[in-house]
Amino acid sequence: MDDHPALDTRLLGKPVPRSEDRALLMGHGRYVDDLPVSRDTLSAHVVRSPHAHAVIRGIDATAARAAAGVHAVITGEDARRLTDPFLVAVKQPLPQWALAVGRVRYVGEPVAVVIADDRYLAEDAAELVTVEYETLPAVVDPRAAAAPGATLIHPDCGTNEVSNRHFRYGDPESAFARADARVAITVEYPRNSFTPLECFVVVASHAPADGSYDVVANFQGPFSIHPVMARALRVPGPKLRLRTPASSGGSFGIKLSIFPYIVLMAIAARLVGRPVKWVEDRLEHLQAASSGPNRVSTVEAAVTRDGRILALSYDNLEDYGAFLRAPMPGPLYRMHGAMTGAYDVANVAVTNRCVLTNKMPAGLIRGFGGPQLYLALERLVHKIAVTLGLDPLAVIRRNLIPAASFPYRAAAGGLYDSGDYARAVDLAVGDGRLAAVQQRQAQARAAGRRYGIGFAAVVEPGMSNMGYLSTMLTSEARERAGPKNGAVSLATVAIDPLGAVSVTADAPPQGQGHATVLAQIVAEELGIGLDDVAVNLEIDTAKDAWSIAAGTYSCRFSPGTAVAAHLAARQVRAKLASIAANQLNVLKDDIEFAGGKIRSRSNPDNALSFTRVAGTAHWSPVLLPSDMAPALRETGVWSPPELEPPARDDRINTSLTYGFVFDFCGVEIDPVTCEARVDRYVSMHDAGNLLNPLIAEGQVRGAFVQGLAAALYEEFVYDEAGGFLSGTFADYLVPTASEVPPLEILHIHSPSPFTPLGAKGLAEGNCMSVPACIANAIADALGIETVTLPATPRRLHAILAGVEPPR
Amino acid sequence: MRRVSRAERADIRFTLNGRAVAAAAEPRMLLSDFLRDALGATGTHVGCEHGICGCCTVLIDGAACRACLTFAVQVEGRTVATVESLAEDGKLNKLQQAFQDHHALQCGFCTPGILMSFTDFLGRIPDPSESQVRDVLSGHLCRCTGYDGLIRAVLAAARHHRDEKAP
Amino acid sequence: MKPRPFDYLRPDTVEEALVALAEHGEGARILAGGQSLVAMLNFRLLEPLLLIDIARIAALDYIRVEGGALEVGAAVTQNRLLAYPGLGSEAPLLALALPWVGHFQTRNRGTVCGSLAHADPSAEIPLALAVLGGEVVLRSVRGERRVAATDFQAGMLATARAPDELLVAARFPLRADRRAAFRETARRHGDFAIVAVAAVVEPDGSVRLGVGGIADRPSVRRIEPRGAAAVAAAVNDFAWDLGGYDDMHASPRYRRDLLRRMGTAVIDEALQCAA
Repeated sequence: MDDHPALDTRLLGKPVPRSEDRALLMGHGRYVDDLPVSRDTLSAHVVRSPHAHAVIRGIDATAARAAAGVHAVITGEDARRLTDPFLVAVKQPLPQWALAVGRVRYVGEPVAVVIADDRYLAEDAAELVTVEYETLPAVVDPRAAAAPGATLIHPDCGTNEVSNRHFRYGDPESAFARADARVAITVEYPRNSFTPLECFVVVASHAPADGSYDVVANFQGPFSIHPVMARALRVPGPKLRLRTPASSGGSFGIKLSIFPYIVLMAIAARLVGRPVKWVEDRLEHLQAASSGPNRVSTVEAAVTRDGRILALSYDNLEDYGAFLRAPMPGPLYRMHGAMTGAYDVANVAVTNRCVLTNKMPAGLIRGFGGPQLYLALERLVHKIAVTLGLDPLAVIRRNLIPAASFPYRAAAGGLYDSGDYARAVDLAVGDGRLAAVQQRQAQARAAGRRYGIGFAAVVEPGMSNMGYLSTMLTSEARERAGPKNGAVSLATVAIDPLGAVSVTADAPPQGQGHATVLAQIVAEELGIGLDDVAVNLEIDTAKDAWSIAAGTYSCRFSPGTAVAAHLAARQVRAKLASIAANQLNVLKDDIEFAGGKIRSRSNPDNALSFTRVAGTAHWSPVLLPSDMAPALRETGVWSPPELEPPARDDRINTSLTYGFVFDFCGVEIDPVTCEARVDRYVSMHDAGNLLNPLIAEGQVRGAFVQGLAAALYEEFVYDEAGGFLSGTFADYLVPTASEVPPLEILHIHSPSPFTPLGAKGLAEGNCMSVPACIANAIADALGIETVTLPATPRRLHAILAGVEPPR
Repeated sequence: MRRVSRAERADIRFTLNGRAVAAAAEPRMLLSDFLRDALGATGTHVGCEHGICGCCTVLIDGAACRACLTFAVQVEGRTVATVESLAEDGKLNKLQQAFQDHHALQCGFCTPGILMSFTDFLGRIPDPSESQVRDVLSGHLCRCTGYDGLIRAVLAAARHHRDEKAP
Repeated sequence: MKPRPFDYLRPDTVEEALVALAEHGEGARILAGGQSLVAMLNFRLLEPLLLIDIARIAALDYIRVEGGALEVGAAVTQNRLLAYPGLGSEAPLLALALPWVGHFQTRNRGTVCGSLAHADPSAEIPLALAVLGGEVVLRSVRGERRVAATDFQAGMLATARAPDELLVAARFPLRADRRAAFRETARRHGDFAIVAVAAVVEPDGSVRLGVGGIADRPSVRRIEPRGAAAVAAAVNDFAWDLGGYDDMHASPRYRRDLLRRMGTAVIDEALQCAA
């Protein structure tokens, strides 16, 4: 079901098949490991710590250096000598270099790098590197790590809880005092990752002549990390040339965390005097690439007896692993302005605590704080219903932000652009959909089977305000440091002398179809065909227009980059219209672009071909209007004003657009295996205008399976000593096609008034909604409060097992 | 009897995508690396090197196999087909076209292996049920698509083939 | 994840393979399908000096009925056996179990005998061999011997094969009564079984129940189907006797409960299917 208003468009908003597909289907993708490298390129292999926590007493690489084909072995001392520690948002003494210095703090932490003629030889030599470790106690549980007397990950910090901030909005105390009831729940969101099929790949070289570095890597952004890398390498930005490939095998946030390896391979190239290529393998990736943070949340609501939420209080303890890597602790703050979710709650108190443990450092991940937030909030809403004897759907409805409130300023500062939540919910449960699931439940229960129904209402932010992380500082500290805010998107449309259109933009793709959508936008504006627009999204920091906001993350493409391309196309169009009007002797207002022509709307026969008009700008500048510069290359700069810095009272509009996702599902617990099986799943989306519904659906389905994976299958498991147990794809369970239940997707459209295209970020929503929805259904099925994710058969069995039949 | 010592780079000859090829490899060189690095056939991707993700799936004598669990020396004298063999003169074959029509790929990294699996499977079972398609597809991991488009694409390609053959 | 260096041998005959095994013993590994072995080599969990590739030895590539058993040579892949036209009548339990072995793609290379030689405690083919009371044929330069499944399957990844012996064939006894049933619980499709159960009906009406994934090797027990309560009690005793091990995916209690439920169900299913 889709009630999209009829858009008066030819290409935009249509399910146009992707231009990227042909090359990929033919095996002609250009992933970094496919690209030619210079003949003298060597291969790298990283030696990693087998211990979760240990002092490095010494590294003996003598035998390794003497091994066949080995050119160098680089250790932490080299990293410390040649680089500065990475900049981190939290100003505490927890320096991190690209290799372990002095001690190791997580299993898999890079300790040394072997540079050899090929990867096989490098792995052989790596086995000859002898590291003497003196093990230390490890701490893996965030509560244990935050407790007094815990083993310190960074002794100079004096604590593992490296950030603790409290926020207050409205008057939560009074609200709690006057509430009919208080309902609280403690929820844990587990640690997982979305492991793209292509791992990290870096090719780095160093030019002794000017001390510059040149790197090709499947980095996804944000490019605010470029200065972090340049500072670490002690070079000014222009001396770190970073290029991204035409094809990237998926990222989901993970390929932010490649940046320490970019620095590592850069100094390796410098030390060995030749280019170095590193291809991360799956074992390394699972162990040490990146992870979402796990979070322990205690959230409490002040409620009236009919389920109205008067206030919320959060205590969030989030586990970032052994180091804070930029831009952490992002997940704790990315949702900040929207921490009241879809509900109209004016009074909020929040304590955000950030703790370190002996686990792999956390990084960017699809959902980025949303899954953690909504598991807590939506489980609480379910518990409110159970506690008050109400229907969960009724509690949701009672609290939804009313349609007339938009744009809506949430308690913590989020400025929700548009939406009609009640209508979305009504449509989703209507047409007998919810009734059908309820009937399935009734039948199952009548047969003695356990079947639960769950709901989740999620506000999905798109395009982050780059100042969001500064919310973590006190307002005094923010004043001293100067305001941080905004998000600049850049795209360039150029037309060559023969009228061919090319586009570049600041959102490198990892499968999201950006090239197709940008072509749709530009072709629409210029009245030409999709095949007439060439798009190149290989970013080159030395030559492209980019800002610190560049990259593909936080769903910034639709509300950000796409708009910049639209603006660039409009700028080009305006120029062409002036030229054509001049030549056709009509008013500029009379000009239209259609079918590859630029013509008078009132007299369509009075027309010029698009290519001819474009040619004029190049070949015949004398024919241009006097105030017009020749050539046709326009960069669209999009910097929406809604992304203001955090206010003095700590309110922050953390994102530009806010979509809405409402899910419900039926889950049955298998009586033999104790597996939770999703029987029915309905997901309603409001992402404003959809630029390409085909691509949008693909994103929703992909996010759905990732959310399902977090709910039921995937978990990074550590033992008490910090040993990593999820080290292969046999242990870390990525769902296959057999594990995916049917999904019904619905749409309504509340265009965003904050962007000219009205399109909101979409694609993280189901990562946020699905774990909460399934957890609620399991809670309903089993009549329990604590649903530990992933809700594996082993965990559910332990709840259901009862007394074992004796012999 | 074929004997290759560990330090020896043997001359490996076989048929790749219909052409005779030859390149040198020591015994431990994996077929996945051999195809990509020695023969430049980079359409076959490496995702896990333990046989689970399926990205490296190629055809050996027509059967879909994991190139990461095969040594180059094992395909001496054999016929190997990779994704580069599917399109003819730049024209996508029916299976590839169905993938595009049904948005069965996003980042494209898992795609070549899946194409090869179904090239084998549809050759054996031209008219599979959805459950059979799901079964074979379960030998592959995809992170982007959620699998739905892939299943529809394979069923559409099979249907297309069936309709073409119908009198 | 690249393997350590090794020498490679591809004999044309069984005799050549046996001579090489006799010479290298523990330092050699047999490469048939490689679906288990090569992954372990890529992880550097093993360091064989020599790989002996038997996949192309024509004399090992056969499936035939001989001496009251379906005999499967060591080069036969799992998919080849699954496609064998006589499988449903000659070894119905195998026809039920083989689709659970790995995936379509791994069955194109993985061999039936390779799975037996590897001896994963939760593997389906060793379980089927044990339930059917089958045997393996081991050959070396010293001669040939046949070893019953229960004697061959020694423990986790351990068998009675001597270092100089090659597992040349597996023999699955033909059964007069074709009633058989197989069930498996795994986390995902194609994964290692958490618990697998197989049941075949004996001529006297009793049922042989085999269990994989609970102990360090398949276990088989004869159950008299004297009514639901008696069967449940017998399966319960079986579960207690096996105990079960603990790993990320299942506790010992969960494994025992799976046996209780799946064991009784598979027995029922076997008894009720068409003879």
